[in-house]
Amino acid sequence: MKLLGEKGVERLLSVVAFSAISALGLIAVFIFIEGLPFLFKYGIKDFLLSSDWRPDAGKFGIYPMIAASFWVMLGAMLIGAPLGIAGAIFLAEFVPKTVMNIIKPAIELLAAIPSVIYGFIGVVVLAPVIRDLFGGPGLSLLAGAIILGIMIMPTVISISIDSLLAVPVSFREGSLALGATKWQTVHMLTTKAAKSGIVASIILGMGRAIGETMAVIMVTGNSVMIPHSPLESVRTLTANIALEMSYAIGMHREALFATGVVLFIVIIILNSIASVAIRKKVIVK
Amino acid sequence: MRIPPKYTQIAAITILGAATVFTVAILIFILVFVLEKGLPILSLNFLFTSPADMGRSGGIFPILIGTVLLPLLAIIVAAPLGIATSVYLVEFTNESRITRLIRFGTDCLAGVPSIIFGLFGFIFFVTILGMGWSIMSGGLSLAFMILPTIIRTSEEAIRAVPKAYREVSFSLGASRWQTVRKVVIPNALPGVVTGVVLGIGRSIEETAVVIFTAGSSLLIPTSVFDSTRTMAVHFYILAREGLSMENAYGTAAALIIAVLIVNLTAYFMMHRFIAKRN
Repeated sequence: MKLLGEKGVERLLSVVAFSAISALGLIAVFIFIEGLPFLFKYGIKDFLLSSDWRPDAGKFGIYPMIAASFWVMLGAMLIGAPLGIAGAIFLAEFVPKTVMNIIKPAIELLAAIPSVIYGFIGVVVLAPVIRDLFGGPGLSLLAGAIILGIMIMPTVISISIDSLLAVPVSFREGSLALGATKWQTVHMLTTKAAKSGIVASIILGMGRAIGETMAVIMVTGNSVMIPHSPLESVRTLTANIALEMSYAIGMHREALFATGVVLFIVIIILNSIASVAIRKKVIVK
Repeated sequence: MRIPPKYTQIAAITILGAATVFTVAILIFILVFVLEKGLPILSLNFLFTSPADMGRSGGIFPILIGTVLLPLLAIIVAAPLGIATSVYLVEFTNESRITRLIRFGTDCLAGVPSIIFGLFGFIFFVTILGMGWSIMSGGLSLAFMILPTIIRTSEEAIRAVPKAYREVSFSLGASRWQTVRKVVIPNALPGVVTGVVLGIGRSIEETAVVIFTAGSSLLIPTSVFDSTRTMAVHFYILAREGLSMENAYGTAAALIIAVLIVNLTAYFMMHRFIAKRN
């Protein structure tokens, strides 16, 4: 480093600092190179809105997968977001700091459990329960939604807690001094002040739910069809890529990369919204 | 009828508390379930013998090696890049359009689904660069994936070093880079290492990226251009193809224990780091 000198080090670092954004760019470029030509050749409308997915017959309509990804994500949010936000409020507002400092990392550990283990638990524990209680194959949209709901909870809890704790203590003291109960303070004031952070946590959770692959492959059953009930077997966009990539060639492979393009765009949009929401929080602070 | 605030408060706390307990209960259930079934199978013999008959019998020794090598390579590549990025962001620039762009890129990269990293690694490293399904392709793809984790964690750690330390160093005539090297980095080190450890954890947990880029060979790798599989991949293949439930549970237990060790290490390091700061 001595050889480089002070200016040299600074210049080197300023180049290396672009590593993450270059990585993102590189990924985008290569996914798009492989996927975009297909989109224009086959027609974006036919690709996104047709329900006919028969790669051997040259038919590549991903609408059933889009619907499946959407419903699984929505179900996961209906389960994971309320539980996650409730947990975050409880831990940030109603328990002593020491308790929170034990339980928060424990919940964050949920995020570290490999997705294949979640998928496996879904197959051997959850699917039989769903089959016995509601009928159907068990491996279903519902099973996917529940497992994903659990998987996104740590994301929602962790970011929501941070944004709740970022609300100045003086806000709370003011409300309590006016005679409000702790709960009134929480739901009329603290959660409102932390709103953008909580919203960001939900959006990031949505991103995780749409992007998750291995757990979803294991528990949703993977039939290519538009779901009419939560008990049906479905295949998501991510599952479709992972299941067929190993043997896909030619147009079929291009179609899978085009599916990757669609996923990539959706995720970047969600992340952009979340990062705007989080920045808002910082300004308030 | 208006319910007195005292009662709504009690009701709210009960519901919120129940949600929290439920969440923690799920965590405990998963850990207990996997360890209860897997621990009896897990033995030194299981860890240090090679699998036989596609993993139906035997142990997981080559898989253990793959599980060490892939994250190791990922860290060797991603740690210097990630730490340098965070040093630059905190020490060498002020908030500007460029730092915002770098942060936005980092956040987006963190949100990119693993299947996309897998697709990219497959087309770029495996196919275009001709590395094939190998430890090299897998490690580099994983490096892309864990870069944001390392950048964010070490940025926080470096930012947490008190301003006064830097001022003292500058007043003694040290340059910016000397200050970073001799004062900032040593003080931020536990936090920076935490980021690296978390990156190792994410690499161990990952399945989709590894299947697409490192393949799933069961042989002991002899070079970085050999295919290999990690415990997560091995577990997935055993469970999905129903090859051996017993060995699947054994592998799952080993995987969970590895993940626990890595994450608890990260947690305690961060904890000590924060305690020292305060």
